[in-house]
Amino acid sequence: MKRKEIGKIKAVQQLTADIYRMDVECEAAQAAVPGQFCNLYMASEAHVLPRPISICQIDKESGTLTFVYRTVGQGTKWFTTLQAGDTIELMGPLGNGFTELGYNNPMLVGGGVGVPPMLGLAQALDGKCTVVLGYRDAQTFLKAEFEKTGATVVIATDDGSVGTHGTVVDAIKANGVEADVIYSCGPKPMLRALKGYAEEKKIACYVSMEERMACGVGACLGCVCETTEKDHHSKVNNTRVCKDGPVFRAEEVVL
Amino acid sequence: MADMSVTLAGVTLKNPVMTASGTFGSGMEYGEYVDLNRLGAVVTKGVADHPWTGNATPRVAEVPSGMLNAIGLQNPGIDTFMERDLPFLEQYDTVKIVNVCGHSTEEYLNVVRKLRNSSADMLEINISCPNVSEGGIAFGTNPRMVEEITRAIKYEAKQPIIMKLSPNVTDITEIAKAAEAGGADAVSLINTLTGMKIDIERQAFLLANKTGGMSGPAIHPIAVRMVYQVAQAVSIPIIGMGGIATWEDAVEMMLAGAMAVSIGTANFYNPRATLDVIEGMEGYLERKGISSVKELIGAVK
Repeated sequence: MKRKEIGKIKAVQQLTADIYRMDVECEAAQAAVPGQFCNLYMASEAHVLPRPISICQIDKESGTLTFVYRTVGQGTKWFTTLQAGDTIELMGPLGNGFTELGYNNPMLVGGGVGVPPMLGLAQALDGKCTVVLGYRDAQTFLKAEFEKTGATVVIATDDGSVGTHGTVVDAIKANGVEADVIYSCGPKPMLRALKGYAEEKKIACYVSMEERMACGVGACLGCVCETTEKDHHSKVNNTRVCKDGPVFRAEEVVL
Repeated sequence: MADMSVTLAGVTLKNPVMTASGTFGSGMEYGEYVDLNRLGAVVTKGVADHPWTGNATPRVAEVPSGMLNAIGLQNPGIDTFMERDLPFLEQYDTVKIVNVCGHSTEEYLNVVRKLRNSSADMLEINISCPNVSEGGIAFGTNPRMVEEITRAIKYEAKQPIIMKLSPNVTDITEIAKAAEAGGADAVSLINTLTGMKIDIERQAFLLANKTGGMSGPAIHPIAVRMVYQVAQAVSIPIIGMGGIATWEDAVEMMLAGAMAVSIGTANFYNPRATLDVIEGMEGYLERKGISSVKELIGAVK
């Protein structure tokens, strides 16, 4: 039986004004693949919903998962109060992750808080990839970790302080990045632009979708996204982000 | 050990703990976390006579000690349900209660008729969903309509029928009495309370549907009160639900008059909530020296 478990926090670190890192020793690390997420729980039953947080790094040897998250609400703000040595309840790994990896020349694209899950994927690919990261400003969290994988790292910033001034697609074009597949996670407009770019270049494109979730396991149908075809499970043009995603082929979903 | 079984409209459950419709799918997903054989019953997500797409997202939001949802009864339709979901549940030694929804009496009846020759043990009729524009709560807030639709469904149904009641009414006992008069074998209550949440930074509704049904521990005292009131008003069995998260909540609900209880939102925080409730109730009965869980039903007058 799968179960909710108690993870042990090994380290915490504030990366920017509102981005935090938490390393958690947990059983979930053994089964995790890049692009999956875990339900993280507040130690308060007054907060009835888990917080779905994407997995940033997977270290099976030490049994540790790294979560890098932005503080947006009560849950993520509470997570920042936790210290090394504290425990946190979590359940996972959940969702499908990036599993179709048989391409020669992959490009990984992360935007904002969609950057973290790309790190685990870059590590799984042994750095044999180009990574395009979109940030608001010069707070380019995790950039050094991406460079450590050996991947070629390209940056775009909204304010032009680092790398290309503009979107990730602007940075791809400005740097002449070539690829036969795109793996991406980030805000919907970014995913939409990448889907269009991939169609134009006739290359494969995978997108990791985000939606407000409740159960995280596919039971409640809270977190659906629109699909281009009838979904095999739901029999309507809707699919469960938590269970059937969060990673989809770009052509499967309406962006 | 105390006898945990209860008999609800002629159907015996090994214990009075079931899942609340819409929070547990058809058991497939949570079946990876919970041994479904241990549950008194699995109550499935509402199913209609054709697939429903449901509402736009966001569909869920957290509120203090609770949540709002406006799924809009997304479901794959009765044909897929009978080919896939019911056979899945047939593998388990648990009572199968199928929740039925519709936009019109005829749509409800289409589902009920298809389920006549199925393995469903009981039907729960959702006349109380606050998140769909036609059917659902439109039926459940008018006593005359409740009696009519109950009678129409009872006439066609082969299995015992449970009418699921809305708390979004002035006097829930009037609705319960109407269901009883229409021939309902049992009632279940409460469905969610209609709520709203506004994002003050974006100055916009948090749910795409604007309103949603509130569930979770915050609504439990309201549910206990309504179960108690209904227990004084009707003689058919009551399935109590609304914010049950612990065995203490479940015992309280039975003392108020429920013959069985459903666990809903608590599954999201604790996938083992149903089992924790069963084990906790067993411990309570033992500690109190009570030989049967049936002795709890309506014991507080």
